[in-house]
Amino acid sequence: MADKRVVITGLGVLSPIGNSASQAWENAIAGKSGITRLSLVDPELFSSQIAGEVKDFDPVELLGAKETRRNDRYTQLAIVAARQAWADSGLSEASIDPERVGVVIGSGVGGLGTYEEQHTIALERGPGRISSLFVPMMISNMAAGQVAIEINAKGPNFATVTACASSTHAIASSVDAIRLGRAEVMVAGGSEAPLTLMSIGGFCSMKALCTSFNDEPEKASRPFDRDRSGFVIAEGACILILEELEHAKARGANIIAEVCGVGMSCDAHHITAPAPGGEGCARAMVMAMNDAGMNAEDVDYINAHGTSTQLNDINETEAIKTALGKHAAEVMVSSTKSVHGHMLGATGGMEIMLTALALKNGIVPPTSTHMIPGEGCDLDYVPGTARKADIQCALSNSLGFGGHNACIALRKYKGDS
Amino acid sequence: MAVSLPEKGRIMSLENRIAEIIVSRLNVKPDEVTGSANLKDDLGADSLDMVDLMMDLEDTFNLKISDEEGNNLQTVGSVVEFLKSKGIEA
Repeated sequence: MADKRVVITGLGVLSPIGNSASQAWENAIAGKSGITRLSLVDPELFSSQIAGEVKDFDPVELLGAKETRRNDRYTQLAIVAARQAWADSGLSEASIDPERVGVVIGSGVGGLGTYEEQHTIALERGPGRISSLFVPMMISNMAAGQVAIEINAKGPNFATVTACASSTHAIASSVDAIRLGRAEVMVAGGSEAPLTLMSIGGFCSMKALCTSFNDEPEKASRPFDRDRSGFVIAEGACILILEELEHAKARGANIIAEVCGVGMSCDAHHITAPAPGGEGCARAMVMAMNDAGMNAEDVDYINAHGTSTQLNDINETEAIKTALGKHAAEVMVSSTKSVHGHMLGATGGMEIMLTALALKNGIVPPTSTHMIPGEGCDLDYVPGTARKADIQCALSNSLGFGGHNACIALRKYKGDS
Repeated sequence: MAVSLPEKGRIMSLENRIAEIIVSRLNVKPDEVTGSANLKDDLGADSLDMVDLMMDLEDTFNLKISDEEGNNLQTVGSVVEFLKSKGIEA
């Protein structure tokens, strides 16, 4: 049996830097930040008072009052992004067997906002007053379920939960599903609505968030920079349509890029800190490159996890050096979290989307806020400005609390080859 | 007996107060909420909506509705009759 190849044929996104793939891409390459002072919750409650919020999102207008009421924000974002991606792919017009279309949507905390609201009601008025919708709204698989209802997708369907790597694992599992012949189309990505009391408060207690740029939000997320001091929390959803190549070609689909390699590993080291030297991340990268048939010298660009924390950025730098050897000094590495912040369970999808567009358009998005390299951070982080480059091969890294490492390898798609 | 005024300060009949709750919970238009309208078949309530609707009625009118009583409330009219039978007037 010839190996099946997987391509990206549709994109949908709601993010701090735009509510469409084209808008998000334009802002990413322009280095235009979407990070602002918190408005969805009271910033005065927290030590970190900034976030990447989705703007101009009216779920009542997009989903109707009933579906807005019956879905947590994380699911609302996922449905709207998936609808966009589905329309973008042209599959909404095509005749396709619904049993051959699957959905995998990851999330770190799922319906946490609903949990907090209903928990307050239960404490104030007793458990008898918990809404009958509480359980379905809160569980972290419901976005995948609701998207399937929205587009009538009856194939394999589940959610992936690996913290900051959730949507990368969603995409990795979807590639596997297509390669195994379980489906021809997979609707894959992640969604996260973590701007709540418990989530922001919890990350502040861990000292994970940046607290030193409350007055200058756009400078706060500064991956690999000397003055980095924590990540900026963000929300959003990003959904990609993954499709088996021959199926895409047969219907004349617009092919954005090829997903050609998957790598996964675990640090088995610590619940939040990465393994020293980023050894787990390095193994995931090497696995993805081997799966893609890429040598180190072939890799032109890496979209790093690059969260702007002390630990991630230095360890990921070392991981890149381990995985790519001396070619690490030549590869371009950037973190688009510099403009969109850390979208947690949705960030992998967002970054894989931007990497795919970088390959298609021949432009590498910058680490816009990178000014002075941190100690030990000595790679080419594409500081400040986007760079025109005819890149062919790229990697995207996502590393989650718990030591979950996932790497996706992508190739520029050049037509029949 | 004391009449409790609804929040907006208008005096409303029992029927109108029930209709407001149904419109809000089921996201239907007010003119769909007729006495003979069936909550599930005509107004689109699923089993989860029915549970939450009963809770809304309990909270608004300060009474308890048992599961058995709730199962008998199929139409808007039956809700009105039921509340009247419990001594609720407006």
